Amino acid sequence: MAIDENEVRKIAKLARLKLSPEEVRLYQGQLGKILDSMVELGRLDTSKVMPTTSVLGLSNVMREDEPKPFADPEKILANAPEREGHYFKVRKVIE
Amino acid sequence: MVVGLEVHCQLGTRTKLFCGCANDGFGMTANSRICPVCTGQPGVLPVLNKRAVELAFQAALALDCKLAATSIFARKNYFYPDLPKAYQISQYEEPFSQHGGLDTKLPDGSRKRVRIHRIHLEEDAGKLLHEIGSEELDYSLVDFNRSSVPLIEIVTEPDIRSSDEAYAYLTALKEVLQFVGVSRCDMEKGEMRCDANVSVMLAGSTKFGTRAEIKNVNSFKNVKDALEYEYRRQIEIIESGGTIKQETRLWDAVNMRTESMRSKEEAHDYRYFPDPDLVPLHADPVWVAKLKAALPELPEARRLRLASTFALSAYDAEVLTSEKTLSAYFDEAMSGRPKEFAKPLANLITTELLGRLNKEGKSIAESPVTPKMMASLVELTLNNTISSKGAKEVFAKAFETREDPKVLVEKLGLSQVLDEGQVKGWVSEALAANPQAAADLKSGKEAAAGRIVGAVMKLSKGKANPALVNKLIKEAVK
Repeated sequence: MAIDENEVRKIAKLARLKLSPEEVRLYQGQLGKILDSMVELGRLDTSKVMPTTSVLGLSNVMREDEPKPFADPEKILANAPEREGHYFKVRKVIE
Repeated sequence: MVVGLEVHCQLGTRTKLFCGCANDGFGMTANSRICPVCTGQPGVLPVLNKRAVELAFQAALALDCKLAATSIFARKNYFYPDLPKAYQISQYEEPFSQHGGLDTKLPDGSRKRVRIHRIHLEEDAGKLLHEIGSEELDYSLVDFNRSSVPLIEIVTEPDIRSSDEAYAYLTALKEVLQFVGVSRCDMEKGEMRCDANVSVMLAGSTKFGTRAEIKNVNSFKNVKDALEYEYRRQIEIIESGGTIKQETRLWDAVNMRTESMRSKEEAHDYRYFPDPDLVPLHADPVWVAKLKAALPELPEARRLRLASTFALSAYDAEVLTSEKTLSAYFDEAMSGRPKEFAKPLANLITTELLGRLNKEGKSIAESPVTPKMMASLVELTLNNTISSKGAKEVFAKAFETREDPKVLVEKLGLSQVLDEGQVKGWVSEALAANPQAAADLKSGKEAAAGRIVGAVMKLSKGKANPALVNKLIKEAVK
Protein backbone atom coordinates (compact mmCIF):
# COMPACT_ATOMS: atom_id res chain seq x y z
CA MET A 1 0.00 0.00 0.00
CA ALA A 2 1.57 3.23 -1.13
CA ILE A 3 2.24 6.03 1.34
CA ASP A 4 3.25 9.45 0.08
CA GLU A 5 6.27 11.48 1.10
CA ASN A 6 4.25 14.08 2.95
CA GLU A 7 2.76 11.42 5.16
CA VAL A 8 6.22 10.12 6.00
CA ARG A 9 7.32 13.66 6.89
CA LYS A 10 4.27 14.13 9.10
CA ILE A 11 4.94 10.90 10.97
CA ALA A 12 8.58 11.90 11.36
CA LYS A 13 7.54 15.24 12.76
CA LEU A 14 5.16 13.64 15.27
CA ALA A 15 7.99 11.32 16.32
CA ARG A 16 10.41 14.26 16.52
CA LEU A 17 12.68 12.74 13.87
CA LYS A 18 14.65 14.78 11.36
CA LEU A 19 14.90 12.85 8.09
CA SER A 20 17.06 13.52 5.05
CA PRO A 21 15.35 13.29 1.62
CA GLU A 22 17.00 9.85 1.15
CA GLU A 23 15.67 8.66 4.49
CA VAL A 24 12.19 9.87 3.64
CA ARG A 25 12.27 7.67 0.50
CA LEU A 26 13.75 4.74 2.45
CA TYR A 27 11.01 4.83 5.09
CA GLN A 28 8.37 5.49 2.48
CA GLY A 29 9.20 2.09 1.02
CA GLN A 30 9.47 0.31 4.38
CA LEU A 31 6.27 1.76 5.80
CA GLY A 32 4.48 0.88 2.55
CA LYS A 33 5.54 -2.75 3.02
CA ILE A 34 4.34 -2.79 6.63
CA LEU A 35 0.99 -1.48 5.47
CA ASP A 36 0.89 -4.20 2.81
CA SER A 37 1.16 -6.81 5.57
CA MET A 38 -1.66 -5.10 7.46
CA VAL A 39 -3.80 -5.17 4.32
CA GLU A 40 -3.19 -8.91 4.14
CA LEU A 41 -4.22 -9.34 7.78
CA GLY A 42 -7.23 -7.15 7.06
CA ARG A 43 -8.48 -9.74 4.60
CA LEU A 44 -9.20 -12.19 7.43
CA ASP A 45 -12.83 -12.41 8.46
CA THR A 46 -12.87 -11.06 12.03
CA SER A 47 -16.59 -10.28 12.15
CA LYS A 48 -17.07 -12.92 14.87
CA VAL A 49 -13.93 -12.04 16.85
CA MET A 50 -14.02 -9.61 19.75
CA PRO A 51 -11.31 -6.93 19.66
CA THR A 52 -8.40 -7.98 21.88
CA THR A 53 -6.88 -5.31 24.06
CA SER A 54 -5.17 -7.65 26.49
CA VAL A 55 -4.13 -11.27 26.15
CA LEU A 56 -3.75 -11.89 29.88
CA GLY A 57 -7.38 -12.68 30.58
CA LEU A 58 -7.16 -10.55 33.72
CA SER A 59 -9.23 -7.55 34.73
CA ASN A 60 -9.41 -5.10 37.63
CA VAL A 61 -5.82 -5.38 38.72
CA MET A 62 -5.76 -2.66 41.32
CA ARG A 63 -3.98 -1.50 44.44
CA GLU A 64 -5.31 0.14 47.59
CA ASP A 65 -4.97 3.91 47.90
CA GLU A 66 -2.09 3.69 50.39
CA PRO A 67 0.83 6.09 50.02
CA LYS A 68 4.13 4.32 49.34
CA PRO A 69 6.51 7.18 48.73
CA PHE A 70 9.61 6.46 46.71
CA ALA A 71 12.60 6.43 49.04
CA ASP A 72 14.80 8.83 47.16
CA PRO A 73 13.32 11.26 44.64
CA GLU A 74 16.71 12.95 44.58
CA LYS A 75 18.08 9.92 42.71
CA ILE A 76 15.63 10.63 39.90
CA LEU A 77 16.53 14.31 39.82
CA ALA A 78 20.21 13.37 39.77
CA ASN A 79 19.66 11.77 36.35
CA ALA A 80 18.44 15.00 34.85
CA PRO A 81 20.67 16.31 32.05
CA GLU A 82 20.09 19.73 33.56
CA ARG A 83 18.46 20.86 36.77
CA GLU A 84 17.88 23.95 38.82
CA GLY A 85 17.29 23.38 42.50
CA HIS A 86 14.54 20.79 42.79
CA TYR A 87 13.39 21.31 39.21
CA PHE A 88 14.22 19.61 35.94
CA LYS A 89 15.50 22.27 33.58
CA VAL A 90 14.47 22.12 29.92
CA ARG A 91 14.57 24.30 26.84
CA LYS A 92 12.04 27.06 26.94
CA VAL A 93 8.60 25.86 25.99
CA ILE A 94 5.71 28.24 26.00
CA GLU A 95 2.34 28.19 24.35
CA MET B 1 -24.07 30.58 21.01
CA VAL B 2 -23.49 26.83 21.13
CA VAL B 3 -21.17 25.60 23.86
CA GLY B 4 -19.87 22.26 25.05
CA LEU B 5 -17.67 22.13 28.12
CA GLU B 6 -14.85 19.78 29.04
CA VAL B 7 -14.09 19.85 32.73
CA HIS B 8 -11.02 18.22 34.22
CA CYS B 9 -11.31 17.47 37.88
CA GLN B 10 -8.63 16.07 40.22
CA LEU B 11 -9.84 13.14 42.29
CA GLY B 12 -9.38 13.45 46.04
CA THR B 13 -7.30 10.31 46.50
CA ARG B 14 -4.34 9.90 48.82
CA THR B 15 -2.08 8.62 46.05
CA LYS B 16 -1.57 9.07 42.33
CA LEU B 17 -3.42 7.09 39.66
CA PHE B 18 -0.77 4.49 38.86
CA CYS B 19 1.81 4.65 41.67
CA GLY B 20 2.03 5.07 45.44
CA CYS B 21 3.28 8.68 45.37
CA ALA B 22 1.25 11.05 47.52
CA ASN B 23 -1.39 13.11 45.76
CA ASP B 24 -0.63 16.24 47.79
CA GLY B 25 2.10 17.86 45.77
CA PHE B 26 0.49 21.28 45.32
CA GLY B 27 2.62 23.93 46.98
CA MET B 28 5.15 21.30 48.13
CA THR B 29 8.84 21.20 47.24
CA ALA B 30 9.10 20.52 43.52
CA ASN B 31 9.68 16.88 42.56
CA SER B 32 9.31 15.65 46.13
CA ARG B 33 6.37 13.34 45.18
CA ILE B 34 7.90 11.44 42.32
CA CYS B 35 8.95 7.85 41.63
CA PRO B 36 10.18 5.80 38.66
CA VAL B 37 6.56 5.17 37.52
CA CYS B 38 5.30 8.75 37.36
CA THR B 39 8.52 10.02 35.83
CA GLY B 40 8.42 7.41 33.08
CA GLN B 41 11.62 5.46 33.83
CA PRO B 42 12.27 2.43 31.63
CA GLY B 43 10.84 -0.91 32.74
CA VAL B 44 8.23 0.32 35.21
CA LEU B 45 4.60 -0.76 35.23
CA PRO B 46 1.51 1.23 36.25
CA VAL B 47 -0.93 -0.27 38.79
CA LEU B 48 -4.41 1.26 38.94
CA ASN B 49 -5.56 3.00 42.13
CA LYS B 50 -8.82 1.38 43.29
CA ARG B 51 -10.02 4.44 45.19
CA ALA B 52 -9.59 6.62 42.09
CA VAL B 53 -11.82 4.22 40.15
CA GLU B 54 -14.40 4.28 42.94
CA LEU B 55 -14.50 8.08 43.05
CA ALA B 56 -14.76 8.21 39.27
CA PHE B 57 -17.63 5.70 39.33
CA GLN B 58 -19.40 7.67 42.06
CA ALA B 59 -19.05 10.89 40.06
CA ALA B 60 -20.57 9.14 37.07
CA LEU B 61 -23.45 7.72 39.15
CA ALA B 62 -24.15 11.14 40.67
CA LEU B 63 -24.21 12.62 37.15
CA ASP B 64 -26.71 10.03 36.01
CA CYS B 65 -24.26 8.37 33.61
CA LYS B 66 -24.24 4.78 32.43
CA LEU B 67 -21.17 2.81 33.49
CA ALA B 68 -19.59 0.72 30.77
CA ALA B 69 -19.40 -2.97 31.69
CA THR B 70 -15.81 -2.91 30.47
CA SER B 71 -13.51 -0.02 29.74
CA ILE B 72 -9.90 0.13 28.70
CA PHE B 73 -6.99 2.53 29.02
CA ALA B 74 -5.30 4.06 26.01
CA ARG B 75 -2.08 5.90 25.36
CA LYS B 76 -2.39 9.41 24.02
CA ASN B 77 0.94 10.16 22.38
CA TYR B 78 2.60 13.53 22.21
CA PHE B 79 5.92 15.09 23.13
CA TYR B 80 5.99 17.78 25.72
CA PRO B 81 8.36 18.29 28.65
CA ASP B 82 5.53 17.95 31.18
CA LEU B 83 4.82 14.41 29.96
CA PRO B 84 7.72 12.14 30.93
CA LYS B 85 6.53 8.99 29.14
CA ALA B 86 5.74 10.95 25.95
CA TYR B 87 2.23 9.55 26.32
CA GLN B 88 -0.60 10.20 28.72
CA ILE B 89 -2.58 7.23 29.98
CA SER B 90 -6.19 8.11 29.26
CA GLN B 91 -9.34 6.46 27.93
CA TYR B 92 -10.39 6.88 24.33
CA GLU B 93 -12.68 4.45 22.55
CA GLU B 94 -14.11 2.81 25.63
CA PRO B 95 -14.45 5.34 28.46
CA PHE B 96 -15.85 4.07 31.75
CA SER B 97 -19.08 6.03 31.48
CA GLN B 98 -21.34 7.81 29.00
CA HIS B 99 -24.79 9.31 28.47
CA GLY B 100 -25.60 11.21 31.63
CA GLY B 101 -26.89 14.62 32.49
CA LEU B 102 -26.99 17.30 35.13
CA ASP B 103 -30.09 19.31 36.00
CA THR B 104 -28.95 22.90 36.12
CA LYS B 105 -30.81 25.79 37.64
CA LEU B 106 -30.60 28.82 35.39
CA PRO B 107 -30.45 32.43 36.60
CA ASP B 108 -34.11 33.01 35.63
CA GLY B 109 -35.13 30.18 37.96
CA SER B 110 -35.93 27.71 35.20
CA ARG B 111 -34.18 24.33 34.93
CA LYS B 112 -32.28 22.78 32.12
CA ARG B 113 -30.69 19.36 31.78
CA VAL B 114 -27.21 19.62 30.34
CA ARG B 115 -26.47 16.22 28.84
CA ILE B 116 -23.14 14.62 29.57
CA HIS B 117 -21.56 12.91 26.61
CA ARG B 118 -18.88 10.97 28.45
CA ILE B 119 -16.63 10.83 31.48
CA HIS B 120 -13.23 9.25 31.32
CA LEU B 121 -10.38 8.59 33.69
CA GLU B 122 -6.84 9.79 32.97
CA GLU B 123 -3.61 10.93 34.55
CA ASP B 124 -2.52 14.54 34.86
CA ALA B 125 0.69 15.90 33.36
CA GLY B 126 3.48 17.62 35.28
CA LYS B 127 3.68 21.35 35.76
CA LEU B 128 5.83 23.74 33.78
CA LEU B 129 7.25 26.92 35.18
CA HIS B 130 8.16 29.72 32.81
CA GLU B 131 8.86 32.48 35.27
CA ILE B 132 9.94 32.93 38.85
CA GLY B 133 7.90 35.65 40.47
CA SER B 134 7.64 38.32 37.80
CA GLU B 135 10.94 37.38 36.19
CA GLU B 136 10.52 35.55 32.91
CA LEU B 137 13.03 32.72 32.42
CA ASP B 138 14.79 31.96 29.16
CA TYR B 139 14.32 28.25 29.93
CA SER B 140 11.50 26.23 31.50
CA LEU B 141 11.40 24.27 34.75
CA VAL B 142 9.48 21.03 35.29
CA ASP B 143 7.84 19.75 38.46
CA PHE B 144 6.41 16.21 38.31
CA ASN B 145 4.54 16.32 41.64
CA ARG B 146 1.33 16.56 39.63
CA SER B 147 2.41 13.98 37.07
CA SER B 148 -0.03 11.04 37.10
CA VAL B 149 -2.44 12.57 39.60
CA PRO B 150 -5.90 11.07 38.87
CA LEU B 151 -8.32 13.16 36.83
CA ILE B 152 -11.75 12.65 35.41
CA GLU B 153 -12.70 14.56 32.29
CA ILE B 154 -16.40 15.35 32.06
CA VAL B 155 -17.53 16.24 28.55
CA THR B 156 -20.98 17.72 27.90
CA GLU B 157 -23.04 17.59 24.74
CA PRO B 158 -23.23 20.99 22.95
CA ASP B 159 -26.31 21.84 25.02
CA ILE B 160 -25.25 25.17 26.51
CA ARG B 161 -26.61 28.30 24.83
CA SER B 162 -25.25 31.25 26.80
CA SER B 163 -22.43 32.23 29.10
CA ASP B 164 -24.92 32.33 32.00
CA GLU B 165 -25.91 28.74 31.30
CA ALA B 166 -22.25 27.73 31.25
CA TYR B 167 -21.73 29.42 34.60
CA ALA B 168 -24.80 27.75 36.07
CA TYR B 169 -23.74 24.31 34.83
CA LEU B 170 -20.23 24.68 36.27
CA THR B 171 -21.64 25.80 39.60
CA ALA B 172 -24.00 22.82 39.74
CA LEU B 173 -21.23 20.44 38.67
CA LYS B 174 -18.81 21.68 41.30
CA GLU B 175 -21.50 21.36 43.95
CA VAL B 176 -22.22 17.72 43.05
CA LEU B 177 -18.54 16.76 42.88
CA GLN B 178 -17.87 18.37 46.25
CA PHE B 179 -20.90 16.77 47.89
CA VAL B 180 -20.04 13.31 46.66
CA GLY B 181 -16.48 13.87 47.87
CA VAL B 182 -15.01 13.23 44.44
CA SER B 183 -12.89 16.35 44.56
CA ARG B 184 -12.41 19.54 46.50
CA CYS B 185 -12.61 21.37 43.16
CA ASP B 186 -10.32 24.16 44.35
CA MET B 187 -9.84 26.08 41.12
CA GLU B 188 -6.97 28.12 42.49
CA LYS B 189 -5.03 24.90 42.97
CA GLY B 190 -6.00 23.70 39.51
CA GLU B 191 -8.17 20.92 40.93
CA MET B 192 -10.91 21.87 38.48
CA ARG B 193 -10.06 23.15 34.99
CA CYS B 194 -12.25 23.92 32.04
CA ASP B 195 -11.99 23.96 28.25
CA ALA B 196 -14.87 25.26 26.16
CA ASN B 197 -15.94 24.42 22.61
CA VAL B 198 -17.75 27.39 21.14
CA SER B 199 -19.55 27.95 17.89
CA VAL B 200 -22.32 30.24 16.73
CA MET B 201 -25.47 29.38 14.86
CA LEU B 202 -28.24 31.49 13.35
CA ALA B 203 -31.37 31.72 15.46
CA GLY B 204 -33.79 29.04 14.32
CA SER B 205 -31.08 27.07 12.52
CA THR B 206 -30.29 23.48 13.44
CA LYS B 207 -26.87 23.28 11.86
CA PHE B 208 -23.95 23.98 14.19
CA GLY B 209 -21.19 26.30 13.01
CA THR B 210 -17.47 25.49 13.04
CA ARG B 211 -16.21 25.44 16.59
CA ALA B 212 -13.15 26.84 18.31
CA GLU B 213 -11.77 25.19 21.43
CA ILE B 214 -10.80 27.62 24.15
CA LYS B 215 -8.24 26.45 26.68
CA ASN B 216 -6.85 27.80 29.90
CA VAL B 217 -10.05 29.14 31.40
CA ASN B 218 -9.40 28.59 35.07
CA SER B 219 -12.22 30.32 36.89
CA PHE B 220 -15.97 30.34 36.36
CA LYS B 221 -15.83 34.06 35.69
CA ASN B 222 -13.12 33.52 33.08
CA VAL B 223 -15.36 30.97 31.37
CA LYS B 224 -18.11 33.54 31.18
CA ASP B 225 -15.82 36.27 29.87
CA ALA B 226 -14.09 33.96 27.38
CA LEU B 227 -17.41 32.74 25.97
CA GLU B 228 -18.71 36.29 25.57
CA TYR B 229 -15.51 37.36 23.82
CA GLU B 230 -15.40 34.33 21.53
CA TYR B 231 -19.09 34.74 20.64
CA ARG B 232 -18.53 38.34 19.54
CA ARG B 233 -15.34 37.43 17.66
CA GLN B 234 -17.05 34.69 15.65
CA ILE B 235 -20.09 36.82 14.84
CA GLU B 236 -17.88 39.66 13.65
CA ILE B 237 -16.00 37.29 11.33
CA ILE B 238 -19.20 35.86 9.89
CA GLU B 239 -20.87 39.23 9.47
CA SER B 240 -17.88 40.56 7.57
CA GLY B 241 -18.09 37.60 5.21
CA GLY B 242 -15.35 35.42 6.69
CA THR B 243 -15.39 31.82 7.88
CA ILE B 244 -14.51 30.37 11.28
CA LYS B 245 -11.42 28.18 11.43
CA GLN B 246 -11.53 25.06 13.59
CA GLU B 247 -8.68 25.71 15.99
CA THR B 248 -7.51 25.78 19.57
CA ARG B 249 -7.46 29.19 21.19
CA LEU B 250 -6.01 30.31 24.47
CA TRP B 251 -7.85 32.62 26.87
CA ASP B 252 -5.78 35.60 27.94
CA ALA B 253 -7.39 36.76 31.18
CA VAL B 254 -5.24 39.87 31.42
CA ASN B 255 -6.12 41.29 28.01
CA MET B 256 -9.57 39.66 28.03
CA ARG B 257 -9.31 37.97 24.65
CA THR B 258 -8.68 34.60 23.00
CA GLU B 259 -5.65 33.96 20.84
CA SER B 260 -4.89 31.27 18.32
CA MET B 261 -2.57 28.52 19.60
CA ARG B 262 -0.80 27.56 16.39
CA SER B 263 1.43 25.03 18.09
CA LYS B 264 -1.55 22.82 18.83
CA GLU B 265 -2.85 22.63 15.28
CA GLU B 266 -0.51 20.02 13.93
CA ALA B 267 -0.14 18.15 17.18
CA HIS B 268 -3.74 17.00 17.14
CA ASP B 269 -2.70 13.59 15.93
CA TYR B 270 -2.42 11.66 19.18
CA ARG B 271 -2.24 8.14 17.73
CA TYR B 272 -4.26 6.58 20.53
CA PHE B 273 -3.87 2.87 21.09
CA PRO B 274 -4.80 0.52 23.97
CA ASP B 275 -2.17 0.55 26.71
CA PRO B 276 -0.69 -2.95 26.86
CA ASP B 277 0.50 -2.33 30.46
CA LEU B 278 -3.01 -2.13 31.84
CA VAL B 279 -5.75 -4.75 31.87
CA PRO B 280 -9.44 -3.96 31.21
CA LEU B 281 -11.55 -2.43 33.94
CA HIS B 282 -14.82 -4.21 34.72
CA ALA B 283 -17.64 -2.38 36.48
CA ASP B 284 -18.67 -5.33 38.63
CA PRO B 285 -22.41 -4.89 39.44
CA VAL B 286 -21.99 -5.77 43.14
CA TRP B 287 -19.18 -3.26 43.50
CA VAL B 288 -21.15 -0.60 41.64
CA ALA B 289 -24.25 -1.20 43.77
CA LYS B 290 -22.15 -0.72 46.89
CA LEU B 291 -20.72 2.54 45.58
CA LYS B 292 -24.18 3.73 44.61
CA ALA B 293 -25.53 2.97 48.07
CA ALA B 294 -22.67 4.94 49.61
CA LEU B 295 -23.49 8.10 47.63
CA PRO B 296 -24.53 10.95 49.92
CA GLU B 297 -27.68 12.95 49.38
CA LEU B 298 -27.17 15.19 46.35
CA PRO B 299 -27.56 18.97 46.64
CA GLU B 300 -30.82 19.19 44.72
CA ALA B 301 -32.49 16.47 46.79
CA ARG B 302 -31.18 18.08 49.95
CA ARG B 303 -32.66 21.48 49.11
CA LEU B 304 -36.05 19.91 48.49
CA ARG B 305 -35.86 17.93 51.72
CA LEU B 306 -34.85 20.96 53.82
CA ALA B 307 -37.69 22.99 52.36
CA SER B 308 -40.33 20.31 52.83
CA THR B 309 -39.41 18.64 56.15
CA PHE B 310 -38.29 21.73 58.00
CA ALA B 311 -40.48 24.30 56.24
CA LEU B 312 -37.39 26.38 55.47
CA SER B 313 -37.61 29.09 52.83
CA ALA B 314 -36.18 28.33 49.40
CA TYR B 315 -33.49 30.88 50.17
CA ASP B 316 -32.45 29.24 53.45
CA ALA B 317 -32.47 25.78 51.85
CA GLU B 318 -30.26 27.14 49.09
CA VAL B 319 -27.78 28.78 51.44
CA LEU B 320 -27.59 25.73 53.72
CA THR B 321 -26.76 23.52 50.73
CA SER B 322 -24.41 25.82 48.87
CA GLU B 323 -21.31 24.46 50.52
CA LYS B 324 -20.57 21.06 51.88
CA THR B 325 -19.00 22.40 55.07
CA LEU B 326 -22.04 24.57 55.78
CA SER B 327 -24.37 21.63 55.12
CA ALA B 328 -22.39 19.54 57.56
CA TYR B 329 -22.52 22.36 60.13
CA PHE B 330 -26.30 22.58 59.91
CA ASP B 331 -26.72 18.81 60.05
CA GLU B 332 -24.48 18.49 63.08
CA ALA B 333 -26.34 21.24 64.95
CA MET B 334 -29.67 19.60 64.05
CA SER B 335 -28.63 16.08 64.97
CA GLY B 336 -30.97 14.61 67.60
CA ARG B 337 -32.99 17.83 67.72
CA PRO B 338 -36.70 18.18 66.95
CA LYS B 339 -37.98 19.72 63.71
CA GLU B 340 -38.88 23.08 65.26
CA PHE B 341 -35.16 23.65 65.80
CA ALA B 342 -34.58 24.05 62.08
CA LYS B 343 -36.14 27.43 61.45
CA PRO B 344 -34.50 29.41 64.29
CA LEU B 345 -31.24 27.55 63.64
CA ALA B 346 -31.34 28.45 59.96
CA ASN B 347 -32.01 32.07 60.89
CA LEU B 348 -29.10 32.26 63.29
CA ILE B 349 -26.77 30.64 60.76
CA THR B 350 -27.73 32.72 57.75
CA THR B 351 -27.87 36.06 59.55
CA GLU B 352 -25.54 35.97 62.56
CA LEU B 353 -22.99 33.25 61.76
CA LEU B 354 -22.47 33.83 58.04
CA GLY B 355 -22.57 37.60 58.52
CA ARG B 356 -19.90 37.49 61.17
CA LEU B 357 -17.70 34.94 59.39
CA ASN B 358 -17.92 36.99 56.24
CA LYS B 359 -16.93 40.13 58.10
CA GLU B 360 -13.90 38.43 59.63
CA GLY B 361 -12.95 36.67 56.40
CA LYS B 362 -13.24 33.25 58.06
CA SER B 363 -14.58 29.96 56.69
CA ILE B 364 -17.21 27.77 58.34
CA ALA B 365 -14.53 25.37 59.47
CA GLU B 366 -12.85 28.20 61.38
CA SER B 367 -16.00 29.29 63.20
CA PRO B 368 -15.35 29.79 66.94
CA VAL B 369 -19.02 28.98 67.54
CA THR B 370 -19.36 25.23 67.06
CA PRO B 371 -22.54 23.50 65.83
CA LYS B 372 -23.09 22.25 69.37
CA MET B 373 -22.91 25.79 70.79
CA MET B 374 -25.29 26.98 68.08
CA ALA B 375 -27.78 24.25 68.98
CA SER B 376 -27.62 25.18 72.63
CA LEU B 377 -28.26 28.81 71.70
CA VAL B 378 -31.37 27.78 69.77
CA GLU B 379 -32.52 25.72 72.75
CA LEU B 380 -32.19 28.75 75.03
CA THR B 381 -34.43 30.82 72.75
CA LEU B 382 -36.98 28.07 72.21
CA ASN B 383 -37.46 27.53 75.96
CA ASN B 384 -37.70 31.30 76.47
CA THR B 385 -34.60 31.60 78.60
CA ILE B 386 -33.45 34.41 76.35
CA SER B 387 -35.15 36.62 73.80
CA SER B 388 -34.13 36.60 70.14
CA LYS B 389 -32.34 39.88 70.80
CA GLY B 390 -30.54 38.22 73.71
CA ALA B 391 -29.57 35.33 71.42
CA LYS B 392 -27.78 37.75 69.14
CA GLU B 393 -25.89 39.19 72.05
CA VAL B 394 -24.89 35.76 73.33
CA PHE B 395 -23.82 34.75 69.83
CA ALA B 396 -21.61 37.80 69.45
CA LYS B 397 -19.94 37.13 72.80
CA ALA B 398 -19.53 33.41 72.12
CA PHE B 399 -17.90 34.21 68.78
CA GLU B 400 -15.23 36.12 70.70
CA THR B 401 -14.75 33.96 73.76
CA ARG B 402 -15.83 30.49 72.57
CA GLU B 403 -17.73 30.14 75.85
CA ASP B 404 -20.75 27.93 76.28
CA PRO B 405 -23.93 29.94 75.56
CA LYS B 406 -25.54 28.69 78.81
CA VAL B 407 -22.66 30.11 80.81
CA LEU B 408 -22.79 33.35 78.84
CA VAL B 409 -26.50 33.86 79.52
CA GLU B 410 -25.68 33.86 83.23
CA LYS B 411 -22.59 36.02 82.83
CA LEU B 412 -24.39 38.61 80.73
CA GLY B 413 -27.48 38.42 82.93
CA LEU B 414 -29.68 37.85 79.94
CA SER B 415 -32.07 35.24 81.20
CA GLN B 416 -35.62 36.37 80.84
CA VAL B 417 -37.94 36.68 83.78
CA LEU B 418 -40.84 34.31 83.34
CA ASP B 419 -42.15 34.56 86.88
CA GLU B 420 -45.73 35.79 86.56
CA GLY B 421 -45.83 37.45 89.95
CA GLN B 422 -42.71 39.46 89.34
CA VAL B 423 -43.77 40.56 85.86
CA LYS B 424 -47.25 41.46 87.19
CA GLY B 425 -45.55 43.73 89.72
CA TRP B 426 -43.69 45.57 86.95
CA VAL B 427 -46.89 45.86 84.91
CA SER B 428 -48.83 47.44 87.79
CA GLU B 429 -45.96 49.80 88.48
CA ALA B 430 -45.78 50.78 84.79
CA LEU B 431 -49.52 51.39 84.60
CA ALA B 432 -49.44 53.53 87.72
CA ALA B 433 -46.54 55.57 86.41
CA ASN B 434 -48.24 56.20 83.05
CA PRO B 435 -51.88 57.07 83.89
CA GLN B 436 -52.58 58.59 80.46
CA ALA B 437 -51.44 55.49 78.59
CA ALA B 438 -53.34 53.30 81.02
CA ALA B 439 -56.52 55.28 80.43
CA ASP B 440 -56.04 55.14 76.66
CA LEU B 441 -55.62 51.41 76.85
CA LYS B 442 -58.75 50.99 78.92
CA SER B 443 -60.74 52.97 76.37
CA GLY B 444 -59.56 50.55 73.67
CA LYS B 445 -56.65 52.43 72.16
CA GLU B 446 -54.36 49.47 71.76
CA ALA B 447 -51.50 51.54 70.38
CA ALA B 448 -50.93 52.80 73.91
CA ALA B 449 -49.76 49.30 74.97
CA GLY B 450 -46.37 50.02 73.42
CA ARG B 451 -45.64 52.71 76.01
CA ILE B 452 -46.52 50.37 78.87
CA VAL B 453 -44.39 47.56 77.40
CA GLY B 454 -41.52 50.01 77.09
CA ALA B 455 -41.91 51.03 80.72
CA VAL B 456 -41.98 47.40 81.88
CA MET B 457 -38.82 46.63 79.91
CA LYS B 458 -37.13 49.62 81.51
CA LEU B 459 -38.15 48.49 84.97
CA SER B 460 -37.05 44.90 84.30
CA LYS B 461 -33.83 45.98 82.56
CA GLY B 462 -35.04 44.21 79.43
CA LYS B 463 -35.42 40.87 81.15
CA ALA B 464 -39.19 40.51 81.22
CA ASN B 465 -40.42 37.98 78.68
CA PRO B 466 -42.21 40.07 76.03
CA ALA B 467 -45.00 37.57 75.39
CA LEU B 468 -45.76 37.39 79.10
CA VAL B 469 -45.67 41.18 79.46
CA ASN B 470 -48.21 41.59 76.66
CA LYS B 471 -50.48 38.99 78.12
CA LEU B 472 -50.38 40.52 81.62
CA ILE B 473 -50.99 44.07 80.36
CA LYS B 474 -54.08 42.88 78.52
CA GLU B 475 -55.33 41.14 81.65
CA ALA B 476 -54.66 44.17 83.82
CA VAL B 477 -56.71 46.61 81.76
CA LYS B 478 -59.63 44.30 81.08
